[in-house]
Amino acid sequence: MLHFSRSKIISICAISIVAMFLALPNLFSDQKISNFPSFIPSQKVNLGLDLQGGSHLLLEVDTDSIEKEKIEDLTFDLRRMLKKDGIKYNNLKVINDSIIFKITDATLVSGLVKNIKELSQSTSQNAVSAQSKSNLEIDINNDLINVSLTDDYLKQISISAVNQSIEIVRRRIDELGTREPTIQKQGTSRILIQLPGLDDPERIKSLLGKTAKLTFKLVDQKASYDPSNPTKAPVGSEILSSDSNSEFKYIVKKKVMVGGENLVDAQPGFDSQTNEPVVNFRFDRIGAKKFGKVTKANIGKPFAIILDNKVVSAPVIRDAILGGSGQISGGFSAEEAADLAVLLRAGALPAPLVILEERSVGPDLGADSILAGKIAALIGFIAVIIFMVLVYRSFGFFADVALILNLIMVLGILSLLQATLTLPGIAGIILTIGMAVDANVLIFERIKEELRSGSSVINSVDSGYKRALSTILDANITTLIAASILFFMGSGPVKGFSVTLAIGIFTSVFTAFTVTRLMVSIYISKMKPKELRL
Amino acid sequence: MNIFSFAINTKIKFLSFRKPAFVLSMALIVSSILIYSINGLNFGIDFRGGTLIEIETAETENLGNLRRSLNSLNLGDVQVQEFGSSKNILIRVEQQAGGDKTQQNVVNIVKAELNTSLNSDVNFRRTEVVGPKVSAELIKAGVIAIIVAVFAMLIYIWFRFEWQFSLGAVIALIHDVLLTLGIFSLFQLEFNLSIIAAILTIVGYSMNDTVVVYDRVRENLRKHRKKDILDLLNISINETLSRTIMTSVTTLLALLSLYIFGGSVIKGFTFAMIWGVLVGTYSSIFIAAPLLNYLEVKRDWSTSGAVESTQK
Repeated sequence: MLHFSRSKIISICAISIVAMFLALPNLFSDQKISNFPSFIPSQKVNLGLDLQGGSHLLLEVDTDSIEKEKIEDLTFDLRRMLKKDGIKYNNLKVINDSIIFKITDATLVSGLVKNIKELSQSTSQNAVSAQSKSNLEIDINNDLINVSLTDDYLKQISISAVNQSIEIVRRRIDELGTREPTIQKQGTSRILIQLPGLDDPERIKSLLGKTAKLTFKLVDQKASYDPSNPTKAPVGSEILSSDSNSEFKYIVKKKVMVGGENLVDAQPGFDSQTNEPVVNFRFDRIGAKKFGKVTKANIGKPFAIILDNKVVSAPVIRDAILGGSGQISGGFSAEEAADLAVLLRAGALPAPLVILEERSVGPDLGADSILAGKIAALIGFIAVIIFMVLVYRSFGFFADVALILNLIMVLGILSLLQATLTLPGIAGIILTIGMAVDANVLIFERIKEELRSGSSVINSVDSGYKRALSTILDANITTLIAASILFFMGSGPVKGFSVTLAIGIFTSVFTAFTVTRLMVSIYISKMKPKELRL
Repeated sequence: MNIFSFAINTKIKFLSFRKPAFVLSMALIVSSILIYSINGLNFGIDFRGGTLIEIETAETENLGNLRRSLNSLNLGDVQVQEFGSSKNILIRVEQQAGGDKTQQNVVNIVKAELNTSLNSDVNFRRTEVVGPKVSAELIKAGVIAIIVAVFAMLIYIWFRFEWQFSLGAVIALIHDVLLTLGIFSLFQLEFNLSIIAAILTIVGYSMNDTVVVYDRVRENLRKHRKKDILDLLNISINETLSRTIMTSVTTLLALLSLYIFGGSVIKGFTFAMIWGVLVGTYSSIFIAAPLLNYLEVKRDWSTSGAVESTQK
């Protein structure tokens, strides 16, 4: 175990030098690294959000609400169809996401089923569901009819809603110019967002919390709001609150005159007369046409601008607006106007997003954590180094060299893999400092035993290494098992811990059997000691 | 003689202490379970859901006043405590009724209240909000991770040694995990995700220690076929004692440094690790090794394959 071939010595040195090269950028500022010659690697350790500061948000797309909306639309269409065809029915209700009703004349059933199927084709215009297969499941029990959406269709709409949400979330975040955001899909209906360096996530959270569904509807001027009966609205109209004051109610016609999907642009600006912050918008061709028609026919009437079921404002139409552009004012601050413009440009979310988890760390705490981690690592490191030399003398020194190299290798590998270093990850490195000497301790203790049993120095060292090997492997594999389970089951910061722990295990076993052994072998062959003082 | 070269050629009769050690460990396990069933664990927001806000104020603030003003917000249980220094304050608000949607409001309400009721400038250092869905999943994942880890160890040791070793090692492991839960329950220390990580690391460390002793036991079983098992276990523990102490000391040195200098956020994790190293070292010597005496470990190792795992 003490003989090293030339090629082995060269590879050990080469690996050590490569590790140092990889770890090197971590000693310098980004600015200095940019001046390095190109052969020196420039990748630093990737700091986790808990160290560099930033926000981690886990969102869930509320797919249930889309399902509800689809059923509501279907109910609406169904009632209209039944009325149009003159089919008498009663007890139409929605129970557990299916529409149940009775028809009085059971002989009409077969014709009705055909019509309902056609209805489903026309309601779903998107390409995915335009297949010949129906999206509806229709159960008939004599005169009792039960209509529901098929599971396949529900799955399809939820998948497309999640994908669409991710796209819109990305657009909204990009609009704010956040640096290097990570937006990932997690599981079936979740979105994980990581925003490094963001110290105030409130603005992004409030942006993501809005569906931003914009509609224009006419105000129902015939009805007036009755506070003693707050839910009563004429057929075809609905009661909506004002955005700025939830006590103030509007009664508006349900029919959507123009929708946000026809917008092509929205920019914050100021009203030319009042100098109040406003949002200027522009419609596409279809939107402009619709908008022109409505405004032309309703001059002198209030027109409600509705965002997420709240009335932003309801200005009176003064002239027909034919150019397809307009202005929303609603007592905004400049920032509110800017945010609304962002939301309108990025488009409406297909379903509301719910924040399931938030973890935000300010940049101060991150910097404090890094500093504390560095100090703790340094002091722990020095304590272990001194202790090893006190106990094992020159062999302790060899182990210490390996320990230093060990740390460099951990840093180098972290930089190379671009694995994320978190606060628990720093703890993992410090723990590695304590545990990394274990392999060498096992070997040295073994050598001591061999010496005590009367073997020569060379034989003792040789068999010390040989015999300790299987113990070292067994002992480290157990820790490696624990680390890998942490990696696969853990989340975020804990994952970072398992990564550094696992890397530390590999490097400590590697350095014990290469670097330390090489030094011991050189020491023995050059100094030829008669006895070892271990 | 080097004064730092300790534990050389010791001939301590560890196995004579096996009964008192078992009694002690049983007593500790029973009290851990008792304390746990009375006190429960002080779950952090990772597992209980809720909101945690760490702030730093420019001046030292009166915590009593702050507590009163936050309690007047009707957010349920609000805890206010100093965190590391007198200007750092940790605020915990319990999970709100009404599912994931309502949790976010707490942050806005508390932040607004802090901005008005504190006399000096506030720096929001950390905000964590965990809703009921995620906290339930995290508990499940944590429990599964620990169980899977213990099983993985059981299988690995069975594969590398014999079933008696594997059983002994796992009993020692469960001992360590239970005592760690016990001390967290006793002192009502916050039990969060990082403590699960610490417990898994303890599992790895304790196993590492046990494997080194068991490795020597196996070697000695091959060497001394006729020796009394108690003597053989004593010899094995003594032969590995200096290594056991050395590694525990270096690991504790690093952990103590982390505990003292590593900052408040990581203190709970480090405490669990320090406790785990102490308990794990104790259990490898006084529980795992003596158990081999009772589990009737195989004596005939004439077919000396290391990876052999046939039963007696």
